Formats: sequence, C-alpha cells, structure tokens
Amino acid sequence: MSTNREDFVLAVEGLTVSFDGFKAVNDLSFYVDEGEIRVIIGPNGAGKTTVLDLICGRTQATSGSIKFRGEELTRMKEHQIVHHGVGRKFQNPSIYDDLSVFENLEISYPRGRSVFGSLMFKRDREVIEEVENIAEIIFLQNDLDKPAGLLSHGQKQWLEIGMLLIQKPDLLMLDEPVAGMSVAERRKTAELLNRITQGRSVIVIEHDMQFVEDIAHRVTVMHQGKVLSEGSMERVKNDPKVIEVYLGH
Amino acid sequence: MQQRSNIRFMSRQEVLGYIMLAVILLAIIPLSLDVFRLNLIGKYLTYAFVALGLVLCWGYGGILSLGQGVFFGLGGYCMAMFLKLEASDPESTKIQSTPGIPDFMDWNQITELPWWWEPFRELPFALSAIVLLPTLFAFIIGVAMFKRRVGGVYFAIITQAIAAIMTILIIGQQGYTGGVNGITDLRTLLGWDIRSDSAKVILYYVCSAALFICLLLSQFIRYKKLGRILVAMRDREDRVRFSGYDVANFKIFVFCLSAMFSAIGGAMFTLQVGFMSPSFVGIVPSIEMVIYCAVGGRLSLLGAVYGTLLVNWAKTIFSETFPELWLFAMGGLFIAVVMAFPNGLASLFKRYIEPKLPAWYSGRAIDSKAPILETDSSIETGQANALGSEENIGLSKSLTKPEAGITVVPRTDEKLEGGVYVD
Repeated sequence: MSTNREDFVLAVEGLTVSFDGFKAVNDLSFYVDEGEIRVIIGPNGAGKTTVLDLICGRTQATSGSIKFRGEELTRMKEHQIVHHGVGRKFQNPSIYDDLSVFENLEISYPRGRSVFGSLMFKRDREVIEEVENIAEIIFLQNDLDKPAGLLSHGQKQWLEIGMLLIQKPDLLMLDEPVAGMSVAERRKTAELLNRITQGRSVIVIEHDMQFVEDIAHRVTVMHQGKVLSEGSMERVKNDPKVIEVYLGH
Repeated sequence: MQQRSNIRFMSRQEVLGYIMLAVILLAIIPLSLDVFRLNLIGKYLTYAFVALGLVLCWGYGGILSLGQGVFFGLGGYCMAMFLKLEASDPESTKIQSTPGIPDFMDWNQITELPWWWEPFRELPFALSAIVLLPTLFAFIIGVAMFKRRVGGVYFAIITQAIAAIMTILIIGQQGYTGGVNGITDLRTLLGWDIRSDSAKVILYYVCSAALFICLLLSQFIRYKKLGRILVAMRDREDRVRFSGYDVANFKIFVFCLSAMFSAIGGAMFTLQVGFMSPSFVGIVPSIEMVIYCAVGGRLSLLGAVYGTLLVNWAKTIFSETFPELWLFAMGGLFIAVVMAFPNGLASLFKRYIEPKLPAWYSGRAIDSKAPILETDSSIETGQANALGSEENIGLSKSLTKPEAGITVVPRTDEKLEGGVYVD
C-alpha cells in the first residue's frame, strides 16, 4: 500500500471502536481508490455495518483515523460528513413512507438544508428536472406521485439509492442493497450500481456472492473486526483463511 | 406536471375549511351567544393556540411535549404582570403598607418592586416578552435536549417534569408571583377596562384574529419543504440526518414555534379571563392540552381548533352537571381517541363526511381546465385509501395532493405526456 493518502478517496487507518471493552472493529485499515467499487464481506458480527457507521459518523471511533479526500471525518457531525460528499444507505430500506416518491427525492436534493433554507426552498425547474432524472435511473419514473410506503421492497431500496444519488456523493456506502430482492431485481440493481458508480467510489456490504462477483472491483473480507483478506474476488475466493471462516459454511 | 412545479399553499378543501372556521368564529358564535358564553369560547380559543402548536410539534415533528402549559403560563404571566402593574398605581393601592406595588407583594411583606418586574411597566416590553421569553426558554430546553439526542418518551417526561417544577416555583415564590392564587384582579389595558362587555367582545375578535394568523403561519410551514422535513423526521430521523440535515435544529425550531403559539394563547387568556394562575401551568393542564390536540386530530391544523372547542364545551357542560365525573370522562375520551380514532376528529371527517359532500367541495367536477390532473388526483386518492391508514390518507392528501393552478415555472407541454401520469 502506498502511504500517499492523497491518492485515495477514503483512507481508514488503525480504526478501532470499543463497546464496553468489546472491540467491534479492531485496528482496521483499508483504502478505497477513486472510482472503485469495494465490497466488504464477512460473517455476521464481523463489524461490517459498524465500519460504515464509523465512516458516516453514526458511531464515534475509539481511536484511529478516517480520511476522506484528506479530511478527517471522525471529528465531524453526521450532516457535515454528508456535506463533504459521503452518502449512506441503510440495511433496511429507510425512506419516508408518508411522502411521495417525488418528495422523498426532493428532500434529499442538496439545497436548503438549514431550517431557514428549507423555509425558503423553492421547487424550481432545476429541482424537478433532477428528481425526474434520478427517478428514471432508479426505474421509478412512473411512480413519482405514489406515496413511498406503497412501493415494493425492491423499489424502496432503489428509492433510497436514488435519494443518495441526488446528493451527488463522491463516496456511496450501501449496506446490503439487494437483501430481500428477487433475482430479477438483483440483476437490475447490479446493472444500476454499475451505471451509477461512474465518477464516484462505492463501498458495498453484501452477502450474495453472485452479486458480489458481478459488481466488485476489490473485496475486503472482515472477521472479528479485522481485515482477514483483501484483493480481487478471485484471490479472496481461493484464500484458505476466507474459506475457513466464511465461504466454507 | 404543474403540481410539481407549483404545490399550492392550500388545497380547495383547506380554503373551504378556513372559510368555514372563519364564519363560525367570527359570525355564528358572536351572533348567537351572549357575552358571558362568548367570553367562555374566547377562553377555549386560547387553548387552541397550544393545540395548534402541538399539531406542528407532535403531529408533524413527532415531538410530544407534555409541558406546553409552561409556555402558556409564561405568556400569560408576562401579560398579567403588565396588567397588574397598571392596576397597582399608588392611588388605588394607597391602603397598602407600600403603595404602588401589586397587592400580593404587599401581603408578603415585600416593600419594593423586584427589579425584574420593573420593565413590565412598558407595554412594548411586555408584548415582546410574551413572545420572546417562552420562545427563548423553549430554545434553551430544545438545545439541551435535542442536541444531545434526547427524544421520544424521555423528552415527554422531561417536559412534564419542567411543568411540575414551574408550578412549584411559582407557588413557592408567592411574594413575586402571587403564589397559588396567581395574579388576579386585573382591570385595565392602557386605561381601557378589559372587564366590560364591549372589551370582552373586542378581545374575542382579537383572539380569533391572532389564532388565524397562527393558523396561516402553520399552513405556510406545512406547505414549504420544512413541513415535509418535519414529517420525514418523524418517520426516519436517521435518514434525514444522513441526507445532510442537522435534525436537532429542526426540532428546536418547531418546539420554539409551538412554545411561541402557546405563549400568545396564554397572553390572550389573561386578557380575556382577567387573571393567570399556576393551575394553567402544571402537568394536568399540559396533558389536557395534548388531549385537545389528539381529539381534533394531531395531523390537522383546523382539527386542533375544533378539538379544543369541543372538548372544552363538553367540559363546561359536563362539569356544570357532574363536576366530580369530569376527569374520568376526560381520561375515557383520551383512551377512546387513542384506541378508536388515533388521528382524531379530522380523520373521521375525512373518512365519513368528506365523501358525502357535494362535488364542488373537492373541486373535481368543475375544474375543467386540468383534466389530466384530475385523473391523477383520483388515482392518488385511491392509492392512499388502499393503504388503509388514516395517517397516510391525511398526509398524502394534504401534502402531496396534486393541484392544478398557476404555474410558477413554465413547463413544456410534451412533458405532460411524458408518461408520468399514465399508471
């Protein structure tokens, strides 16, 4: 690994978080390149979701550093991290059921984010066009006026991805984006991810190995809060340590 | 497409609703009731300010405050302090051992007006204090709680504790606050006798007008993106946070606003009823105010007003006949609302009465200019109904109801055929 951090979009170094003495993430380091799709896999409880929580500021790190384009994220608040260009999708579709698809996307549009900004916010042509544009990417262009609560599970996942896209993040973090999806939806999602990753880096947590093979540039295998193996899917798949703790069963 | 670029300030139903309320409050009630009853309705309306604040704060923002009486009381006390000082001129208090100070201070062996009472001699100061002091207090509570992510039940309990503390403080500091009796015997406002019949009628109208201003302000907030963020925050706080919003600021804002409304209500209460006491500050009145809001429908701004009027009217009737049973009835009512119609009278109205109203009410039949949008609006209503939840019906109707109207941003026509409306 190069020590020149400026080459990386994200540089995680020596990251540790301890919950009452239990180290969910233990001295973890990894680096994500510009335009890379990185998939994190690992058995349950390996600390995958915790890593995303740490990056997006939901959990405070005990020690270590997370640098995004050279800026330290561990000291920022969640919304500041978002403003710097990190977007996060949750494991369960996290959308606003009572609002329409259009409004869900509109709220995520990166303008008028202060209290008074949101009072002054105008739904102008720019916003509408961007929302429609994103809706088309996430296959929801015909459902803009639907209350989001009526969407299918897969559509909700796409909507949340769309809500991230409209923020134009440089780093997109997706926690199990295809969990609970049908085979057809998985294929569509893989295609969607391949399309939207242009010009940005993506970290994905996923269990579905077929899906991982479809999208991953590189794979990081986590086990007990540490990196067990890292590299191409091919390499990771044949790593005896990985087979033992994860793929073997 | 038009409704996207132009969400209207009010839907047709809402415009009619406001007109209806205006007719009831400004014409029917004053014309049909004597001054005593009118004054009573005026008193009820002051609680409607609190209920309205709770719709925004609790119904929309999901923040349940069980201490709104604190702000109601603060507003009321600020008004009462001004009126009391005016009533305590040296001439009319010459029998006291210290003339020129409020009577209760004299009874408590206080010989000098406390320094913090002094500025309340000026009406502009008192009026600004009514609005600003409770808002500032709410701001401090809000910052302390929301910035530390205290919410939900914990927040409700803390606000309740604040209401209890406030009552104890007011009762304990009898010499400065009038204690358990409160500040009584208020007479004039800048020389104008507020106890006369004509003053009561005028104050009733002032109160109604102020309520309408607060209603329209709430409507404005609901119509802006801020209103949708509040709903979003109630549903998925984390998602809002990770969409780049500082959630705490929005909570503080809506909590302060509801405090401000309550305070205006409190000041109107003092003016119309002629006194202010700790019995409008504590836990019981605060919870009663939540019930008004819940009965009316915590998602409906107008519902809050009707809920308040109805519960209070029932309270008056009931407690005139069976005074000891009223609290039980109130408890029963609250349980009934929660169990049977969680979104209050407004949802019952939407479900049972609105569909029976003639076509001009919904405006679908006569609005021939926008046939595409009409189809769409019926589709949407159908979808909302299919969801079966009152909450969704209420919100999707009020927040996402497609509207035809003046286009703010001109849209090209081919976009209309862009398939968006073909489901």
